[in-house]
Amino acid sequence: MTPAVHLEEVVKQFGDFTAVDHITLDVAQGEIFGFLGPNGAGKSTTIRMLCGLLRPTSGRGFVNGLDMTTQAERIKASLGYMSQRFSLYDDLRVEENMQLFGGIYGLGSVYLRKRIEEILELISLKERRDSITRELPTGLKQRLALGCALLHRPPMVFLDEPTSGVDPATRRAFWDLIYSLADEGVTIFVTTHYMEEAEYCNRIGLIDKGRLIALGSPGELKDKHLSGTVYEVRVSDVLAGVETLKGTKGVLDAAIFGRSLHVRLNKEEAAKQFLEPVFVSAGIEMRELRAVEPTLEDVFVALVGKKHE
Amino acid sequence: MKAVEVENLCRSFGETKALQGLSFSVEEGEIFGLVGPDGSGKTTCIRILCGLLEPTGGKATVLGADVGANPETVKNHVGYMAQPARLYEDLTVKENIEFYADLYEVPKSRYLERMNRLMEFSGLAPFKDRLFRNLSGGMKQKVGLSCTLIHTPRVLFLDEPTNGVDPVSRRDFWKILYELKREMVTIVVASTYLDEADRCHRVAFFDKGRVRKVEQPAELRNLLKDRLFNITAGDRRKTMGMLRSLPEVASHYVFGTGIHLLVRNGAEIHSVEKALASGGITGFSIEPVHPSLEDVYIHILDSNG
Repeated sequence: MTPAVHLEEVVKQFGDFTAVDHITLDVAQGEIFGFLGPNGAGKSTTIRMLCGLLRPTSGRGFVNGLDMTTQAERIKASLGYMSQRFSLYDDLRVEENMQLFGGIYGLGSVYLRKRIEEILELISLKERRDSITRELPTGLKQRLALGCALLHRPPMVFLDEPTSGVDPATRRAFWDLIYSLADEGVTIFVTTHYMEEAEYCNRIGLIDKGRLIALGSPGELKDKHLSGTVYEVRVSDVLAGVETLKGTKGVLDAAIFGRSLHVRLNKEEAAKQFLEPVFVSAGIEMRELRAVEPTLEDVFVALVGKKHE
Repeated sequence: MKAVEVENLCRSFGETKALQGLSFSVEEGEIFGLVGPDGSGKTTCIRILCGLLEPTGGKATVLGADVGANPETVKNHVGYMAQPARLYEDLTVKENIEFYADLYEVPKSRYLERMNRLMEFSGLAPFKDRLFRNLSGGMKQKVGLSCTLIHTPRVLFLDEPTNGVDPVSRRDFWKILYELKREMVTIVVASTYLDEADRCHRVAFFDKGRVRKVEQPAELRNLLKDRLFNITAGDRRKTMGMLRSLPEVASHYVFGTGIHLLVRNGAEIHSVEKALASGGITGFSIEPVHPSLEDVYIHILDSNG
């Protein structure tokens, strides 16, 4: 099967600046791929190339078999794009927004009428078809924005922070919808700064300074790219605690989480025996210690580091 | 004295009841989270507490001052950072902070010292002459925070402070918030994200203009008695279909490449395995996983109806 995305050593330069630096990547059809990285890492440049809006400086890239260099127009027409920042018209009704987007995509009116029904069913907005978009709760607006991006049956959709501003239950319901689309073979390409969204992806690519520095499922990233074990430690003074640990040999990372610290230690260290004397000598009391599951944020921070600002 | 005390607070906008009797209190020096979806009343609550909006019912005090009766007193003691930080794009970092100092009438002798301290503490010193427009998202938030802190407020209200900020910058930003504890600043943070809630000392869960629960994040995890497992199976759809009918399963949902399922407190995962095997599901594997705050949140909402 043709991959949804196939990039070979893709480079994009703007003058002297290399925004995307030899990226090689395959995304399978029906995959939910999360694309993460700090601001300015090359994420948007890559996505603009994948959407046919920019040509690579060198390297080869294909989107659903279409060449990024020579078939950009066809790529552009074949994709769906959902972003909360600019998409829906607030003072139009739900159905009117869909008609408008259908018109932009150049869909014939008979086809569009049928397709709008299908999409309303899919995004469970049939009962709200006459609502003014402004009056919809954020979660339903997100569904509508997704629905509009799907009108022309794109084989791949780009989602930019698709569920920001909603509560976890609404987020989960949205992802159920995403999973059912993926089951039907639609490829989903997600960008987000929120690791809670990233956790839902099948596979994640992390980009920093134009280079793809990690690739794998959320679980694999935690196993492969995060050395050591993460502990939650309760101490009498979190600020003094985190400062004491910074620079202590054997401590890979330390951050405050509310009343506790999250401390990443080399695997071979026996945590209690290692940490207690460190804290005691700084006059800090250690109250509780337990190993916790690392989060994608731990992976992100470990790989991207604290250097970029 | 409590930093913030809210009792049966109500606010309507015409027919819309944005707040329907909120009650909670925040200790001095505490980092307190308001978590809930857009439209659940977080921003309205913060604006009332800053003296920017009058309540239509109930009572709220900030450092003992009634926000309805004495909004001006309250304004002098609080800092408010809206989402996103609203600053002048064509002023430099330093000029933006100076502007806020003027606005709050901070005497020049005091504000220079204060600004230098804020610059140092937020790592902005090397960028003080850069135009706001040319800063990254994370740095903009730090400038916003510095402006909010220039008049040395005792209670700080932050509305979605790290929206659109990557995880590394988000962690930096929180480091600054924790350091403010040294100045005994009380911080109230509104967010839709539970990974922000996890960093607060205590969290109030907002839902439709009400507070559902106030709890420490660590305690929240204990509210979930059901155990969470991950199943990977070849035929996900069929597996999901079978899980739906099993009495042991409280809920299940797709997660990444697997299915997460909550097994009811007291029920055995072994009987789920047996049921799947006898239903013709082959080559699946089940392993326990730690529930996230998200699982807990959904559980709380479900159990409150």
